[in-house]
Amino acid sequence: MKTPILQTVIRLLMPLFFLFSLYLLFRGHNEPGGGFIGGLIASIAFVFHAMVFDSRVTIRVFRLNPMRLIAFGLSIALLSAFIALLFGDPFTTGIWADFYLPIIGRPGTPVLFDVGVFVLVIGIVTQITFTMSTL
Amino acid sequence: MVFAVVAGFILSTIIPLIHRIVPRISGLIFSILPATLFIFFASKIPQVVAHNTITQSYNWIPSLGINLSFTLDGLSLFFALLITGFGLFIFLYANSYLKGHKYFDRFFIYLYLFMSSMLGLVLSENLISMFVFWELTSLTSYLLIGFYNESETSRKNALQAMLVTVFGGLAMMAGIILTGIVTGSYQFSELLNSSDIIKEHAWYTPALLLLLIGAFTKSAQFPFHFWLPNAMAAPAPVSAYLHSTTMVKAGIYLLARISPIFGNTPEWQTILTTVGGITMLTGALLAIQYTDLKKILAYTTISALGIMVFLIGIGTILAIQAAMVFLLAHALYKGTLFLVTGNIDHETGTREVNELSGLSKKMPYTAYAAMLAAMSMAGVLPFFGFIAKEILYEAAIHFSAGNILIIAAVFLTGAIFCALAIEIGYAIFFGRPKETPKKAHEAPKLMLGGPMLFATLGLIGGLFAEFLIQPLLGSSAKVVLNVEHVLKLSLWHGFTLVLGLSLATILVGYLLYRVRFRIRYIAKKIQPAYKYGPAAGYQKLIPGLLSVATAQTRFFQNGNLRNYISTIVGFFSVLIIATVFIKQLNFDIWNRLTSISDIRIYEAVIIALIVIAFYVIVTSKSRLTTLVSLGVLGYGIAIIFLFYGAPDVAMTQFLIETLTVVLFVLILHRLPSFIIKHKFSGWGYLVLSVVFGMVMTYLLLLVTDHPVQSELRSFFAQNSYPLGKGKNVVNVILVDFRQLDTMGEIAVLGIAAIGIYAMFKVKHNEEIK
Repeated sequence: MKTPILQTVIRLLMPLFFLFSLYLLFRGHNEPGGGFIGGLIASIAFVFHAMVFDSRVTIRVFRLNPMRLIAFGLSIALLSAFIALLFGDPFTTGIWADFYLPIIGRPGTPVLFDVGVFVLVIGIVTQITFTMSTL
Repeated sequence: MVFAVVAGFILSTIIPLIHRIVPRISGLIFSILPATLFIFFASKIPQVVAHNTITQSYNWIPSLGINLSFTLDGLSLFFALLITGFGLFIFLYANSYLKGHKYFDRFFIYLYLFMSSMLGLVLSENLISMFVFWELTSLTSYLLIGFYNESETSRKNALQAMLVTVFGGLAMMAGIILTGIVTGSYQFSELLNSSDIIKEHAWYTPALLLLLIGAFTKSAQFPFHFWLPNAMAAPAPVSAYLHSTTMVKAGIYLLARISPIFGNTPEWQTILTTVGGITMLTGALLAIQYTDLKKILAYTTISALGIMVFLIGIGTILAIQAAMVFLLAHALYKGTLFLVTGNIDHETGTREVNELSGLSKKMPYTAYAAMLAAMSMAGVLPFFGFIAKEILYEAAIHFSAGNILIIAAVFLTGAIFCALAIEIGYAIFFGRPKETPKKAHEAPKLMLGGPMLFATLGLIGGLFAEFLIQPLLGSSAKVVLNVEHVLKLSLWHGFTLVLGLSLATILVGYLLYRVRFRIRYIAKKIQPAYKYGPAAGYQKLIPGLLSVATAQTRFFQNGNLRNYISTIVGFFSVLIIATVFIKQLNFDIWNRLTSISDIRIYEAVIIALIVIAFYVIVTSKSRLTTLVSLGVLGYGIAIIFLFYGAPDVAMTQFLIETLTVVLFVLILHRLPSFIIKHKFSGWGYLVLSVVFGMVMTYLLLLVTDHPVQSELRSFFAQNSYPLGKGKNVVNVILVDFRQLDTMGEIAVLGIAAIGIYAMFKVKHNEEIK
């Protein structure tokens, strides 16, 4: 589906997709959203891009390595669960900071965990899509 | 102390990076960690010898009594020193041995992970966390044994080692849980006080047997011994590290650790001495039959592990002391000999004893290490091996109470050890040099440091045992015995029966050495009988298991999606209908259906859309139309979710629907033509789906009619903000309250992605070929 109109539109929409996905990710704790949904939005951006440009182009342009994203996401999620041990709390206890950051809000291990889920979901969806589309 | 365990896990992640930046000296940098850890543990010796145990505890899952607690007492310190001390020289050795190998950095990652798991195992104070580390050592040893992953034998043997040890690990886990149920605790310190409760409980024997299976598989006891010789497919440093000095001793460690809790009963003594005794003798008898140096060493290791199990089984003060002394002596000489074998293999290209002779001129330093280690193995005065042999004989004589069979078994094992020691330490280094596949020359310095040091330690340890080794081993044995005792190590006991036996061993060993060719000739003739041994059982068991699994998979997963769905749906419907009838789950269905009156107009529109989409899907002749209609149907359902206050679910549904459609469009041209082949008529499916729909509707109405009394909903609603710091309850449940579940789910997602990749790419590559 290599139409110039779609290609231009997608190229313009990509940043919006990413912004929106991040927005959903960080507001997830209080409003509908979260890492899974945010990750899906971001990966939909990649999938659309792959659809109108060809997935090889997408991989090259964004330097995507889905397998690494999966590993990275899982590691972040795992790490967030271990942080509590440093504070003497049981594994996976939520640890929260006492201050607020712009955009992110109050940093805490559940947010970090959600970021891990976010990255992992992007990795998985792009991995599956690219595998299937580059057969 | 916790950092000592965790450091390796964390640092292993930056190994590839370091290797990329400074590839020439990376191996030396990697060796800093074991060196540091060794110094750390060595600095704790005075404290521990003074019987101060150091404990550190972290809550893991306190509600289940599972803690991440580490303790440093005599026993764990002894093992920690073995692990880090050997580790250091193994690291240096591997640095040379694998120089330039394309997976050099990978090898060190595995080693780091293994070393940390092993440290975790011996330092854990909690049975469950010990079990976790125990399994980690099985996994990492799988990676290390299969390091030469291009060789099929290497992969097969790695798998075998893992299957056997993981099988044992599973049994052990059951044993641990039984113990936990009986005593209500998983902490060793608390278990020590409930020793009597366990021993008098009806579950004592099953729990003990299960734990022993774990220890026996790990420490290669008969009949699980066969994995160890096969694990010799690993690179030499791995064999020296895992399969002689550390991992195979994990089973011994476990036995020593639980001995004050489970030990000193007739069952304990009978099982351990029998299994240990059989292993000791079988290992020795097998060892002398082979000519491959690594095989010889592997079987003598099995035999040595048998001796340790035997001694722990006896359980007297003397026997436990003997076990500890023998463990150290064995680690020193066997670690050396494995590394020596690595040198010989590396520099001459062969490990066959028949092809090796007169190497001492070309490899003088290797020869020095081999000779010293061999003398310790043979139990020659004044080596540390001599002390170990003396104390072993003494313990055996006390235990045997005149039973000549036990003495004979120990004696024969000792004699065979001696014969093989002469072969390794003398025969291959002296005499007329033989042609070898590679032109023999001395190994690089880093590959000599370790073996020469360990071999020399075997001599120094013997000469100054009283000062160097006695305190730590004494404190280590105290943990096993749980009573005060005095360990006295000395070279000279005067002219006793034990000394006589010791000398006789060397004499008989020499005679066996002289007739070794004849023994091997006879052994060749009886070896066909081995095909009925335990290894053959494994060889039969695994293909059998696989063929059952294949048949089962073929039956349930025949590749026809319609079959799967109708099986699942049909089975589900039958179960539900049967349950409803048997349990008489009735409600006023008419009342419920008529009370659904307040349907709003937009709800009706959505429902109508869904029905139309559904009709199009069923009747459409084009795949694209079907796809789009499926999307419409999914969106409709998502909107319904939105109406009923589940925005998160609705949002996810929207995205998944979008992705599914896009994904299908991407691969549309790859799919086969759109023909529906019905196995049975469309009416059959229609009936099935209508029945299923009715069952589901009935079930939903039934469930909402009998609200479940659950405090979960109110708990989550009330605590989401105060405890989870979030107002979105769904998200808080996902990332905080049930984080562990989510972790499992995302891990499964990752595995699924890898599976899809493998399935598509492997098939694709095969097609290209």
